[in-house]
This record gives sequence, C-alpha cells and structure tokens, in this order.
Amino acid sequence: MDYFLSEEQQMIVDVARQITEEMIVPQRAELDETEEYPRDILNAIAKADLYGLYIPEAYGGFGGGCFEMALALEQFARGCTGVATAFAASALGAYPILISGSDELKKKYLPRIASGEKLAAFALTEANAGSDASGIQTTAVLDGDHWVLNGTKQWITNAGEAQIYTVIAITDKSKGARGATMFVVEDTDPGFSYGVKEKKLGIRCSSTRELIFKDCRIPKDRVIGRVGMGFITVMKTLDQSRPGIAVLGVGLGQGALDEAVTYAKQRVQFGKPIISFQAVQHILADMAIQVEAARALVYSAAKHIDAHKDDMSKASSMCKVFATDMAMKVATDAVQILAGYGYMREYPVEKMMRDAKILQIYEGTNQIQRNVIGQELNKEYTRAS
Amino acid sequence: MKIIVCVKQVPDAKDVRLDPKTNTLARDGVQSIMNPYDRHALEEAVRLKEKHGGMVTVVSMGPPQAEVMLREAVSCGADEVVLVSDRAFAGADTWATTYTLSMAIRKLDDFDLILCGKQAIDGDTAQVGPGLAERLQVPFVAYVRKIRECDGKAMQVERLMDDGYDLLEVPLPALFTVVKEINEPRIPSLKGKMKAKGIEITVFNASDIEADPEQLGLKGSPTQVVRVFSPELKGERAMLAGSADEQVAQLYEKLSPLL
Ligand SMILES: Cc1cc2nc3c(=O)[nH]c(=O)nc-3n(C[C@H](O)[C@H](O)[C@H](O)COP(=O)(O)OP(=O)(O)OC[C@H]3O[C@@H](n4cnc5c(N)ncnc54)[C@H](O)[C@@H]3O)c2cc1C
Repeated sequence: MDYFLSEEQQMIVDVARQITEEMIVPQRAELDETEEYPRDILNAIAKADLYGLYIPEAYGGFGGGCFEMALALEQFARGCTGVATAFAASALGAYPILISGSDELKKKYLPRIASGEKLAAFALTEANAGSDASGIQTTAVLDGDHWVLNGTKQWITNAGEAQIYTVIAITDKSKGARGATMFVVEDTDPGFSYGVKEKKLGIRCSSTRELIFKDCRIPKDRVIGRVGMGFITVMKTLDQSRPGIAVLGVGLGQGALDEAVTYAKQRVQFGKPIISFQAVQHILADMAIQVEAARALVYSAAKHIDAHKDDMSKASSMCKVFATDMAMKVATDAVQILAGYGYMREYPVEKMMRDAKILQIYEGTNQIQRNVIGQELNKEYTRAS
Repeated sequence: MKIIVCVKQVPDAKDVRLDPKTNTLARDGVQSIMNPYDRHALEEAVRLKEKHGGMVTVVSMGPPQAEVMLREAVSCGADEVVLVSDRAFAGADTWATTYTLSMAIRKLDDFDLILCGKQAIDGDTAQVGPGLAERLQVPFVAYVRKIRECDGKAMQVERLMDDGYDLLEVPLPALFTVVKEINEPRIPSLKGKMKAKGIEITVFNASDIEADPEQLGLKGSPTQVVRVFSPELKGERAMLAGSADEQVAQLYEKLSPLL
C-alpha cells in the first residue's frame, strides 16, 4: 500500500533496503550461527547516515522522528531482526539524553551517536527488576564531584559493544518513584565492566550482557535531567522507542510473508504449486492482512508520537502489542507453509520464528503494554464523564 | 587532487537476452545500471578524495537517460557530473568514443588522475581506457587492483596479473583502469541521495566540446559489424552421479579409452 511518503522518507527506505539486500540478507544465517556482532553492517549503516535519523540537525542528526526511524528499522528487520535490534538499541540508549539531557550533555554525546561513531545502550533491567522497574537495586551516591555507582544491570542490548550507556540507579530510596536518577556511563569509566554474553533463542547476533558497577565513579555532570527524575525519563524513553520495536515486527512479518509466498509458488505437491490450494492461500491472505494492518497502525502511532509528545503512551503500547503479536503469528504461519523445509536452518523462516519471540518480551512485555492501555482507557473515560 | 571518473550506463547483465533474429542485445524492458567495474573506479576516486582532499568529477557519454546513473554517482560521493550527450555521438565505436571523451575532458579543468573500469560489461572491449589515455597523452596502467601510495606527483599501483601482480610507479597525471578486487563500492548515503536530487548536471553537446563532426558517432567509427552470431556450443557435457567412489569409477571408464 502507498503511505504517501515524502521524497526524503522514500530515500530513507531506499538506502535501508539496499543495505538490507546487499549486506544483511547474505550474512544473516552466518551471523545467527556464529552469534557475532554485525560490526561491518552497522558501519555501513553509519556511513549511509542512518544512525542520526531521529536526532535533531542541531546535534548532527537528520532531524526526523519516530516515523523516519521506523522506516529504516522496518527494512532492516525484513532482513534480520538481530541486526535491526543492535541498530535500534543505540537509539534506545540515546533517547534519555535527547528527552531529558542538558544542552551540554546533548552536545557532548548526540553528534557522535548520530554519526554512528559511538554506539549507545540503555540499562534499566536487573535480576529483580523486570516488568517492575521499582525493583531496581543499583545505587548511586554523591561523593564530592562524583557519583559512585554500585550494582548489576542484566540483559542489556549492545553491552560490551557500546561506548555510551544510559543507566538508571536509586539515588534516594526513601523518595520512592522520585528516588531514581539516570546517568551517562562511558565504557572507560573506572569500576565499570561487563558480565558474560548471554546465549539466546533468537536475535543471536545482537549482544546481551550484564553491566557491572563496582564503585564506578563518574563526574557529577553526567546526570541526565534532574536528580530524582529517572523513572519519568525511562517512561518517556520507552514511549518513544516502542514504535521502533513494533516496526521490527512489521519488517519481520513482511520478510516471513515474502518467504512464504515465494515458496508456495514453487513447491509442487499433488501435481500443483501449493499456492493453488485454497487452504494455503487463506493462510497467506491472513498473513498479508495482518502485516498491512500492523504497518498502518505503527506508521500512524509513530506520526502521532512525533506530533504529540505529551500523549504518547497509549498509541505507543497499542502498536507494540499489535505488531509484535502479529510478527509471532505470521512467522509461525510462514514455518507452517514451508513445513519441513521451514523447520530447517537452510531456510530463513525458522530463524524469523525464533527472532519474533523477543519482540513480545523486551521494552515491556505485551502484558505490561495491555496494562498501560487499560490504565489509559480508564483515565480517558474518567476525564470524559 | 582532481580526479575524473569515466562511467557508462549499461544494460543489467541479470536480464540481458539476445534478440534471436538480429542477434543484437534486446534492450526493451531491460534495466540500466552503472557499469559494475566503473562503480569500483568511482569508489576508489572517492576514497582518494577522502584521504587526500580534492574533487571527483564523473563523466559519461550517453543518452539523456544516463542522468539517473550520474545522480547515483553523486549519492556515492562524486562532486560534479558531466553528461556528454548529442545525437551526433550515436553509433560510436571505441575509437569515436575515446575521441569524444577526450574532447570533453579537455574542456574540464586540469586533472591529476583519470579512473575507468577495466571494461564495460556490454561491449567488453576494454579499449576505451587505454584509448583515452593515448588521446590525452598520459601514462596508462590497466587492471589496477590497489593504489598503494600517492605523493601528489606520482602513484604506486599494483597491476593484477594472471600469476601475481606488478608494482608500478606512475607519474601523474595518469589514467588507470581498475578491477573489482580494488575495493568494495559503498552503498549510497542519505545525505548523498539528497545532494544528488538537487545537483545540476552539466551537459556537453558536440559543439560544446568543439568536436570535428567527421570523427563522431557512426561516421567517425572505423569498426564495421559484419555479422553477429552466437557461437555453436561444441564439446559434450556429462554429469556424473553417485558417491565419490562411484563417480571416480565412471570417470575412469570414460577416460580410459583415451589413455
Ligand atoms: C534479549 C533481551 C534484550 C533486552 N535488552 C534490554 C535492554 O537493552 N535494556 C534493558 O533495560 N532491558 C533489556 N531487556 C529486559 C526486558 O526489557 C525484560 O526482560 C522485560 O521488561 C520483562 O522483564 P522480565 O523478563 O523480568 O519478566 P517478568 O517481569 O518477570 O515477567 C514475567 C511474566 O509475568 C508477566 N507480568 C509481570 N508483571 C505483570 C503484571 N503486573 N501484569 C501482568 N503480567 C505481568 C509478564 O508479562 C511475563 O509474562 C532485554 C531482555 C531480553 C530478553
């Protein structure tokens, strides 16, 4: 379907698609097997000016928003959700600075993130703080001109590969929701190290590791926004970034549909291509409907978010749930169409099915998204009555 | 450093067919692309510019449709593009082409280096690079697989040979044709594409380059195509099947009468 992209937006799609076709698709199976971080692909993405899509021109970016970022992410995920995740994680790490950081902090970090020279990562999750962010135990204590961090973050995408980390820690336990603060930690800061690399079901070329802070000393001016505002920054960050996860679902779903239709046209059983069987056609038709519906919702939500920074949560959560549940279903259906061949690593759909699962989990599980939507509905209808 | 890159628009080899009647290329509905070897020449020029500073000018002789390819060259790092285009150029062989290109290049500022692909994938002659060097009276090296050093006055280059490479030092200005081993061409960047959209393309026609009409196009081309045909396939082909041992046995059986 035609989404009436501007000429510049179409260029983003074209550049991202070319990288996907020429670099990501040929390498994805091997990257999945070796679990190697896709450095050369990310370098090409940087050279193609796509790391700064959502960053204002004043900080060296392209000056787009969620929507422009989504256009690129969709193409990458059509090739490989692992590569797309590694790319998207840098934006997730940059958003706290962009949303709440001082001008100095923005000037210091955003241009280098926009050029792709430095990668970023976002660190919220801990062993006892998954869906419930209030469970975090990492602490930051002011000591003269420095903050001293102690604790361990878990399952951090881009850990070990990024140079810039945005990290939330408790600064005053007694203050509850206002007791946490976000900081920028650099890879070279003393007392900062990484745990082992996790072995995962899917998105295996992306890096997922622990961040370990042992008396990690960082200069005082690395606070993002104000002390005590950490949770607010986290919520705003996730509201902005979730359409990015949603669109990974759209890209993955489209990739799975492409594979399924192509295969169904070629595979002959009972003397006919299997696409001539109505049962197969109906599965493909449902896949196509769902991919397109998800795309339409994600694009609309991204545009809404770019226009309404004070009213993002519901749109953001709705598109995340819908598009990622869709991706899981469509990828599973694609394996069904390819059947035995689909189950084999020779074809890309088994990897798509493994990759799809994470989309329903990270950046807030789909159950948590539904909670958010439910709470927003409750608020809206209370206001209305 | 001022670098000129000569590029040609060619039919995409993926969908090229021969017209069975005329035995010429059936160009209808065939996508046009930048000659793949020329992509490597352009990439090398852009890398040299990024390293040493300067300017990359891309020159193409061809019909007005070649504009699309020239914009693509800008999105990959070219600074300036020149289209040499006139009905009078139609039907040119490599002799007339090198004449036309040399006249166009004389209209541009002085250059330090000209890079071309080793050959175009449609004609496959590999004559335009060396022919152009001769017309411009500059040193020429074919099959360059690496540019090692450059001090502004001379360049050290590796020339790919069947059994290794030659290392040559060449005074500038010079003309090299490059092989695909020289680099991995980049994917166009977003900023490049935006620049490409707005760039003005300089067009030179026959009178702009002050060409002698007798030396242009079909008239200026000594090459005469007498007949085009597909060579008949000679030699038989057999596929062996079975395990490696079985295949070796079959092969032995086939070869033993000849031993
Ligand atoms: C590959 C990978 C990469 C990741 N990258 C990052 C990263 O870069 N940065 C980062 O900070 N984190 C990251 N995470 C963490 C991720 O965001 C969390 O895994 C996620 O938020 C869920 O937390 P949990 O896994 O602890 O699940 P839990 O919170 O333990 O949830 C378990 C189950 O209970 C359900 N549940 C929990 N609470 C409720 C509730 N109130 N109502 C309804 N259902 C509920 C959940 O939906 C889920 O089904 C990553 C995780 C993975 C696996």
